[in-house]
Amino acid sequence: MPDAHILEVDQLTLRFGGLTALDNVSFDIKEGEILGLIGPNGAGKTTCFNAITGVYKPTSGTISFRGESLAGKKRFEITQSGIARTFQNIRLFPTMTALENVLVGADAQHSTGILSALFRLPKHRREEEAGHRRAMELLRFMGLHTKADELAANLSYGDQRRLEIARAMATNPKLICLDEPAAGFNPQEKRVLMDLIRKVRDQGFTVLLIEHDMRLVMGVTDRIVVLEFGKKIAEGTPAEIRDNPAVIAAYLGVEEEDAS
Amino acid sequence: MSKIKSALAAMPKPVKIALWVLLALLAYALPLLEPPFITTPGVDFGGVLFVVTMYMLVALGLNIVVGYAGLLDLGYVGFYAIGAYTVAILTSFHANWPLLLALPVAIVATTISGVLLGAPTLRVRGDYLAIVTLGFGEIIRLVAVNTEWLGERKGISNIARPPSIGGTEGVFEIPHLNWDSGVPLLDFNDSTKFLVFGVLDQIPYYWMGLTVVIVVLFADYLIKNSRVGRAWEATREDEDAAELMGVPTFRFKLLAFATGAFIGGLAGALYASRQNFINPDSFLLLFSILFLAAVVVGGQGNRWGVLVGAALVAYLPQRFREFDDFRVLVFGLALVVLAVLRPEGLFPPKRTVRAKQLEHELDELEEGTDSEGEEKARA
Amino acid sequence: MNFEFFFNNLPSLTVSGLAFGAIYALIALGYTMVYGVLQLINFAHSEVFMYGTFAMLWTVMALGGADADGVELVAILLASLVAAMALSAIVALVLERVAYRPLIKRNAPRLIALISAIGASFVLAELMGLRDRVAGWLGLEDDLSDYVGKARINNSIAGVVEAPRWDIGGVSVSSIDILVILSAVAMMVVVDQFVRRSKLGKGIRATAQDPETASMMGVNPTRTIQMTFLIGGLMAGVAAFLYMLKIETTKFDVGFLLGVKAFTAAVLGGIGNLRGALLGGLVLGVAEIWGSALLGTEWRHVVAFVLLVVILLFRPTGLLGESLGKARA
Repeated sequence: MPDAHILEVDQLTLRFGGLTALDNVSFDIKEGEILGLIGPNGAGKTTCFNAITGVYKPTSGTISFRGESLAGKKRFEITQSGIARTFQNIRLFPTMTALENVLVGADAQHSTGILSALFRLPKHRREEEAGHRRAMELLRFMGLHTKADELAANLSYGDQRRLEIARAMATNPKLICLDEPAAGFNPQEKRVLMDLIRKVRDQGFTVLLIEHDMRLVMGVTDRIVVLEFGKKIAEGTPAEIRDNPAVIAAYLGVEEEDAS
Repeated sequence: MSKIKSALAAMPKPVKIALWVLLALLAYALPLLEPPFITTPGVDFGGVLFVVTMYMLVALGLNIVVGYAGLLDLGYVGFYAIGAYTVAILTSFHANWPLLLALPVAIVATTISGVLLGAPTLRVRGDYLAIVTLGFGEIIRLVAVNTEWLGERKGISNIARPPSIGGTEGVFEIPHLNWDSGVPLLDFNDSTKFLVFGVLDQIPYYWMGLTVVIVVLFADYLIKNSRVGRAWEATREDEDAAELMGVPTFRFKLLAFATGAFIGGLAGALYASRQNFINPDSFLLLFSILFLAAVVVGGQGNRWGVLVGAALVAYLPQRFREFDDFRVLVFGLALVVLAVLRPEGLFPPKRTVRAKQLEHELDELEEGTDSEGEEKARA
Repeated sequence: MNFEFFFNNLPSLTVSGLAFGAIYALIALGYTMVYGVLQLINFAHSEVFMYGTFAMLWTVMALGGADADGVELVAILLASLVAAMALSAIVALVLERVAYRPLIKRNAPRLIALISAIGASFVLAELMGLRDRVAGWLGLEDDLSDYVGKARINNSIAGVVEAPRWDIGGVSVSSIDILVILSAVAMMVVVDQFVRRSKLGKGIRATAQDPETASMMGVNPTRTIQMTFLIGGLMAGVAAFLYMLKIETTKFDVGFLLGVKAFTAAVLGGIGNLRGALLGGLVLGVAEIWGSALLGTEWRHVVAFVLLVVILLFRPTGLLGESLGKARA
């Protein structure tokens, strides 16, 4: 089913005390597409990510992944079931090597326990081997294979961003959520990264992308959802979004009511 | 230092293994060699070495909890006590089991107590964990003090010793070295029977302790280099990120706690068996602090550093008994000085060293370009 | 369980528990404020308290408190209060300077700071416990023998203050207990108001909430931290004075258990929260005394720790929640 929905967000609302961070937001992601989630600062993009990955519990509304509700699932269970993410402010494991960081991701699908490890049972060997193979593959894909034994803390900023994506991909997700992966990049680096994201999709992943830079989002995404002040104000193809007056108003910082 | 290290690393594997075996043999032979200066005047050297191995064992266990998983445990002596009391009860106070039967029971009981303590408390924040574990250690001791069934303050004596091999005379005797004349001579009047766990000669206990340390060291290595070790480290570095990368952090913290308890219980049981007698004063809170100090002094997270730290903490006060009154004072000073001057411990994990080196190199590079720039400016 | 004894003596048990609790609360203040500002368990704070008890003891001895009564005794006791507060404050400030500031400057991990605190605690306690030796090195052991003797055993001022028992509504209570409770609560109110209203207090709260922003807004972090230790030290001095009035004996290692209890009180109330420290202290003191009346005094400390564990399980942030920064402080 090429058009099957992998993730459905239905009337999602999130309140913190008196503040409504997300207000009745609904959208879905189709299998194999790159969906952009955009909006001005404080629009609720990262909050939306956090709700999907289980960091926040929705006040109301539901999120279902591959037809199954995520309500009540723990964060690691959500990851194991096939949603992986990166972080807006990089959160690698600084004292671990690049390779080990990716291995932690790969371990999400493994079940080696202390006994298998202690007695080097076949399961440990099998999973360790598969994990290493996959991790090196991903590092190569990200151009980081020469730095596999480097500590994550010692990698350059750009390498750290790419390592985060590799780590997320290693969990073998169906849906991968990238939270401003191009933050802090120059235009040239951004272009390279967008090519990379397309390649990620071509490998069979569905991508949910938060990005600030409108131009880049337009270039890489199949569809775009626009948030403003916690509400969805538009949804459509890049071309439709570009011409949407509400989006233009939001990005120019003019309230619709004021403009009219 | 680093040259020696790289030279060691470059050696072929058989040579390395041979070196390790040699080192281990040396360790086993240490109490027989009675090397001058190192040996402890006035205290039985074998007994001191046995205590050193117990501290090493405890430090390895606590290192899993504190160093690998990053959980601050201030009540580790509680597990040590549970292991010791279980053995004491089963082999002397309420039953007559042989040690080898009681030992596994003690370890299982301690591990279960670790899970029971950890399951509710590992959900609370790190600093609270410190105080809850502190309370746990004290509760265990106070319960022992107040419960008739546990011997109250009087304690429990006649705890079973490990079974000897070859009856009371052993299979063969090994002479010690005597250094009195300035050169080492074999002293056939002073020998150790292999393998008799008696009252006077402590050396067999040391051999037993050392063997257990080596086994635990191997196990530690195998576990650390696996999914389990990575999960611990990831949890320590960033618990939320680890959870979002699919690590069931709570389960792994509990596992670290249980593994630590396992080793602590094992050490406590062996200690009780060698002491033959325990009372609540063997499990003062001070010991939890000493254990923690052993881990931190050596360099938490580095198993070799932790072993050295344990050896120092256990050995120095025995070697310099004339300063016995001042040992806690010196010990406290050492902790402050160490924390202020060398916070990563005497032997930080290799990685920390590597990261620091790189930082240093970068600093130098920057300084270098700066001075170049200055020179250019001057020109 | 000794219910009969418990119910017959409930009022006086409660008063005694509140008095202990009030002392815990005053010590807890030091833990809670330092934790609020630095996120550091100031493990050596118990020794700050212990030095206060000795300052009180020595002052009473030096001024001849044993032979004094009436106004003279009151004057001596007031002098000993000042001495206790002064010595505790000095020890707290030295502690901050030597054991913590170098670490804070380097942004050392919290575990390392805790290790330093534990080390400092050992050093302080042992210096007091070896004061006969220290005086010997200085050649002063004869001149100071009254003060440095009995270095490792109990030192007492028993019999100096003979406090009457009051009959309140048919219940006999110790006047010292009442004094302890009232003065502790009064001191807590003073500190609470100080932190809420004064400029320095606002600096402390600002630093607790967001050190970086606070320092950008002109709050001097070093001075704020010093201030925090100073207040904690002064209150530990008051606690030491009241403790000596009530218990009358002290020892070089008296700090440890009291310190653990006070920290428990701080966590119980919600660490970082001043009013929480008072509530936590009182609850802990009463629970302990009630518990020991029911189960036997030997279970007193066990009751305290079990209470802590249970409360943390059901309310992980303590009774009143954690907040030095928030308006509640």
